[in-house]
Amino acid sequence: MKVGLFIPCYMDQFYPQAAIATYKLLLKLGCDVAYPEGQTCCGQPLANAGNEAASRGSYLHFVTMFEKYDYIVAPSGSCVYHVRHHFDTLDQTDAVKKVRAQTLDLTEFLLDVLQISSLPAKYPHKVGLHQSCHGLRGLHLATSSELVNKPANSKLHELLSMVEGLTLVELDRKDECCGFGGTFSVKEPAISVKMGKDRIRDHFSKGAEVITAGDMSCLMHLEGIISRQNIPIKVIHIAEILNADEI
Amino acid sequence: MMPHAQKAAIFNKDEARTDWHDASLWMVRKKRDFAVSEIPEWEFLREFASDIKMHTLSKLDDYLEAFEKAAIQNGAIVHWAADAKEHNDIVLSILNKHQAKKMVKSKSMLTEECHLNEFLELHNIEVIDSDLGERIIQMLNEPPSHIVLPAIHLKKEEIGELFHRELHTEKGATDPQYLTEAARHHLREKFHTAQVALTGVNFGIAETGEVVVCTNEGNADMGVHLTPVQIHSMGIEKLIPRRSDLAVFTRLLARSATGQPVTVFTSHHRNPKPAGEMHIILVDNGRTEQLGKPDFRSSLKCIRCGACMNTCPIYRRSGGHSYETTIPGPIGSILTPGVDLKKHGQLPFASTLCGSCTDVCPVKIDIHTQLYKWRQIVSEAGLPEGGNKTMMSIMGNGLASPSFFHRLGNIGRKLLRLFPGKERFLSFTVWTKDRDLPKAPVESFREWYAKQARDAQ
Repeated sequence: MKVGLFIPCYMDQFYPQAAIATYKLLLKLGCDVAYPEGQTCCGQPLANAGNEAASRGSYLHFVTMFEKYDYIVAPSGSCVYHVRHHFDTLDQTDAVKKVRAQTLDLTEFLLDVLQISSLPAKYPHKVGLHQSCHGLRGLHLATSSELVNKPANSKLHELLSMVEGLTLVELDRKDECCGFGGTFSVKEPAISVKMGKDRIRDHFSKGAEVITAGDMSCLMHLEGIISRQNIPIKVIHIAEILNADEI
Repeated sequence: MMPHAQKAAIFNKDEARTDWHDASLWMVRKKRDFAVSEIPEWEFLREFASDIKMHTLSKLDDYLEAFEKAAIQNGAIVHWAADAKEHNDIVLSILNKHQAKKMVKSKSMLTEECHLNEFLELHNIEVIDSDLGERIIQMLNEPPSHIVLPAIHLKKEEIGELFHRELHTEKGATDPQYLTEAARHHLREKFHTAQVALTGVNFGIAETGEVVVCTNEGNADMGVHLTPVQIHSMGIEKLIPRRSDLAVFTRLLARSATGQPVTVFTSHHRNPKPAGEMHIILVDNGRTEQLGKPDFRSSLKCIRCGACMNTCPIYRRSGGHSYETTIPGPIGSILTPGVDLKKHGQLPFASTLCGSCTDVCPVKIDIHTQLYKWRQIVSEAGLPEGGNKTMMSIMGNGLASPSFFHRLGNIGRKLLRLFPGKERFLSFTVWTKDRDLPKAPVESFREWYAKQARDAQ
């Protein structure tokens, strides 16, 4: 089984440690994983800004880069959602269909494909889990709070429960958006920042030392506010927690 | 028109008030969650309601004619209005026919959409909104900020102040019971002297030709019962085929809207009173045009419960007035661009596409997907919200080219390393007003990966 690793553009440049953790975790779990070095971007930033047509080239490039892999794994529900959901504007060739079907978020790959039930991970901290929206409502990595009558499940909770020493805090609003939203963060800065502040307050007031999520973009936005306001709380991608075996 | 972002920024200047507004609506969302949790078949009901609505929309012409026929048989007078102007003219002609100078109205978003009040006032007709929330904002000369809770943006102290001024209640009084009682006496007099009553319509039943009005205050019924002439203004998408279909919707509507099991009153109006007149105005006003757009057709399933507003993190933190539309919030942002793209094209961008609206919607409208699709249309139309097309095209090519992409990324990271701290340069200024940029690491993942691959050899 050959796994192609897709690393979102901003993670490559600004959060290599989360990408490294993803890579090392997959190696640790015995995957034959490679990072195709010609990869670029899934095209979401332009498409969400209303320029889907301009993204077409990057869609096609993504397919070319990854069609030879059995699975394409990314530590980002948001990029994966974009590939799975919005590559519908391409001609649905066999390659496109295969890439769309086989592109998975790290958490679903670990649980649905590798079907792991334990992890050699240790992270003795109080952690707040932020459910990133595209993973939550787009990929159904968890049952959203709106769907009160569906059996509650959450892939991220399931994985974090395998980590020794980790305590999850209970939030008032377990899956409210952080306010990043790609271009929204600069088109509507006032609400974007306010939403981020409100999320941080929820985590911080429950005693979380660390906020984790499946998408680094949410955390980048929250970290920007945390840093500006000097709030004693950190952000860390879930891959780094799942790969944390040394203290 | 001031952009949504600017209105939102003004709204957010008073952070305590933003928190209060957010918390008020979040409480309604939580009430909804609790009410829904008591219905095990909730997801089935949503699906069922969605199917009934999609079916009705697919044969809307047939059902409208069936409705008209049945309504006429019941003794009602049915009017067809292509747009807001025709609707308003019809209402005025009915009022003139009866030489009526005073009309009592219960909450109707459609008449807000048609700007009926302003129109009738120009013709010297006194219109009294009889829903308490509507009456409050009518006194303030403001539009509703929410479709179910029109005065949700006001605090009880402000209402006390308003009532002191308008209704001579005690100064400083804020007790909701006392204030409501004052409004009740004030409205009672209006009910007794109005000659015509107008209501909105929640559901029109094609099979029976009756209209169904769901309210909590009983004001719609009181208006209709006390006046000889009744008018029901109804958007053409309000139809459902049979009376037996109604139960699906009444179970969904109030639970989604306010967390009540059902509205206090679910009133069926079928026949005129003896010696009275019953008018039904069927209003299009852009609905058939929306119906003609396959990507946006399903927005017409909306039953106006307001749940998407209560759940929307943007709506809760910017208020209904920031949208400058009759229907604010997520559903308004997919309904109104079709009416006037230039004016409302910015609204699909007033969202993080978090998808909460879609999951909360009782008739399963894929609201956030439609927001995404409107963005594409706004951009294709060359409107500024869609960004500069040439730039976007250059960026698109850049994203498809590994060498360009990697060079750009590296330049960006290295620039950040040169200017650490509270950077305020380049296009990052909006980002950095209240947020820091990430700390740029020495090497990118790509560089790390290449190095360790070399080392392994």
